Amino acid sequence: MAPALSLRSRAAARAGGWAAEASRRLGGGEGLVIGGRVSLALDPSLLAGLSRDRAVALVSGTNGKTTTTRLLASALMELGPVAHNSGGANLPSGLVPALAGSPAGSPAALEVDEGWLGAVADAVSPGCVVLLNLSRDQLDRVSEVRNVASRWRSVVERLGHAVVVANADDPMVVWASRDAAHVRWVAGGQSWREDAAGCPSCSGRIDYDSEGWRCGTGCGLERPAPAAWVSGSQLVVPGKGNHSIELALPGRFNLANAAMAAVAAAEMGVPLERATAAMSQVTGVDGRYEVTAAGGISARLLLAKNPAGWAELFDVLTEDVAPAVFAINARVADGRDPSWLWDVPFERLAGRLVVASGERWRDLAVRLRYAGVDHVCAPDPLASLELAAEHYGTGTGAAVQVDRCADPGVRRDFRSASDREGEGRAERAVADDRGRRIVDVVANYTAFQRYRAALRPLRDAPRLADQAPVSLK
Amino acid sequence: MSRESAVRIVVVHPELLGTYGDSGNGRVLATRLRWRRIPSELIMAPADRPLPQSGDIYCLGGGEDGPQVSSAAALNVDGSLVKAVDRGAAVLAVCAGFQIIGKSFPGPDGREVPGVGLVDAVTRRGRGPRAVGEVVSRPVPGLRLVPLSGYENHAGVTRLGPEASPLGMVHRGVGNGGGDGTEGAWQDKVLCTYLHGPVLARNAALADHLLSSVVGPLGLLDDAEMEELRRERIRNGISGPATGRAWARHVWRRPSEVMTRF
Repeated sequence: MAPALSLRSRAAARAGGWAAEASRRLGGGEGLVIGGRVSLALDPSLLAGLSRDRAVALVSGTNGKTTTTRLLASALMELGPVAHNSGGANLPSGLVPALAGSPAGSPAALEVDEGWLGAVADAVSPGCVVLLNLSRDQLDRVSEVRNVASRWRSVVERLGHAVVVANADDPMVVWASRDAAHVRWVAGGQSWREDAAGCPSCSGRIDYDSEGWRCGTGCGLERPAPAAWVSGSQLVVPGKGNHSIELALPGRFNLANAAMAAVAAAEMGVPLERATAAMSQVTGVDGRYEVTAAGGISARLLLAKNPAGWAELFDVLTEDVAPAVFAINARVADGRDPSWLWDVPFERLAGRLVVASGERWRDLAVRLRYAGVDHVCAPDPLASLELAAEHYGTGTGAAVQVDRCADPGVRRDFRSASDREGEGRAERAVADDRGRRIVDVVANYTAFQRYRAALRPLRDAPRLADQAPVSLK
Repeated sequence: MSRESAVRIVVVHPELLGTYGDSGNGRVLATRLRWRRIPSELIMAPADRPLPQSGDIYCLGGGEDGPQVSSAAALNVDGSLVKAVDRGAAVLAVCAGFQIIGKSFPGPDGREVPGVGLVDAVTRRGRGPRAVGEVVSRPVPGLRLVPLSGYENHAGVTRLGPEASPLGMVHRGVGNGGGDGTEGAWQDKVLCTYLHGPVLARNAALADHLLSSVVGPLGLLDDAEMEELRRERIRNGISGPATGRAWARHVWRRPSEVMTRF
């Protein structure tokens, strides 16, 4: 423990450790959050004390927080031990154990909930703040997008000397960051534009073109010239050269996350070359992209929590005849209102069979029905994978015998000719390194955790899984 | 009723009033027509262009406070929505959209903003906590509809004038929030509600009610999946944990009046 900490802080951190240990023994998970809560209750200034004499980078945004923080931490590890919160524990109670569990003075890469950025930044005096993107998410719990952007704006004003690494492609982020004393604009991409049609500065209309975006009323808000961007698999930083990024993680959005992380790492003292090399070693992030053998198939877990995240993930789904499994929950951590399913362009998946799963499979089934996407339903994780294995290679729903949905009439073909265009798609099987067929599982937050837990026994006993019969019931 | 052209469904200002997934209502309407082989056209109508005049059904959704004011201002410039309704068009207005087509609503700074005035309703900022949670509402008898399910998320309190009937009475949730147990508004071919979900995705019968108000009687569709969702939500809404603190307070204040209504 750092000698700079007060007696009270040290006692608080110790008590938090006991609480975490007790929680672990009682089977309550890792217990880090409860430990952090106990510590903070005993000493509210603990977060400030634990981050004194450290270089701290904070990462916030609607999508990509956990992955970007993980990438940044891997780059900072080039310099030695790093304090870093994993598992998405991104409230102050989750930051305390991350800091308390690392050597005093080591740098920190911390993911922070977008609503908590101000409180955390005030406590830890970060040297670097990475602002990724803002879009609709959990509207029943988190405020509307413009409120969050406005709060970020006041946080940025209070930052003083800190460097803000901000996404030049997101008007909300640019508006929040443009008065920062030190800002590094990175072309981080934001293909989701539904929440930034109106200018956050003057309520005018934002015009997008191939060059970028600007407010149509001429209030002056426009895409700033980026200091770094991704071109192909190269990170381009004028003045500091091109650096190849060979990520093990899929998707355009992860290249953008890596670009943001690399620029932040450079601000924290890791040369770009070493940062990008270190990031290429990251293969999974808290279970995301993890592939698990389950019966006759391999399930690849993908996390998407909101329309912007889902739209990005459609581009990384295996492009073939594999069914996709989608799992939706609507617990507090997911947002209690799954109306956002109607903002996800499921129509793009016409021609692929979807297994609707999760606690809110009925909401998803209705959405898919109206989108013209054939589907079968299985609320349970293992049952849903079994169904996917059963239907693997049957291609479009027209050939699928459906008997598990509430609606036995789902087979009836309501689709127009244009909806059926996808049916002629060539059959290409994607297999993992052992020749098993890969099925993508896209789940939102708590549904993702449920799949991960359900698949854990299979991961821990890979031999058994290999020999398991197709039935997983 | 035979029609010469496609039924035109206009989603009004989706870039301003699309925060809560309500543009799905337009998609539900168009798809239900397509399933019945009735030609339909789904038109997304942004605020920076004149509102299409020839729509048959106009859909407005929920949005953030600032964009809500922009949307109302754009609609009030040419009065096109009022003209369309005079011509016989139907309207579905949800949440912020409901407030916009009433007589007035509060802007982000709390000041009164003039609405479109299609519905005899006035919205003020509520003093209690935001109304957030599942809603079960029993439609007024004149609509002859099964109970509605949806999800509300609003701070406004809407009071109806004598010309508007409520759409329904809340069985669970807050609804209009004025203490009278009403939810939404119904005035001729204009339907208003606070329910997201989107409301027409969860309540197929309400979608067909709107459609038949412009195309006449409709044949039945296989709505088993939609019914399964609606019933499950209503079961959950009635037995699940109470989330509507404002409603609870309201029941506490006038227990007999509210409870006898159901």
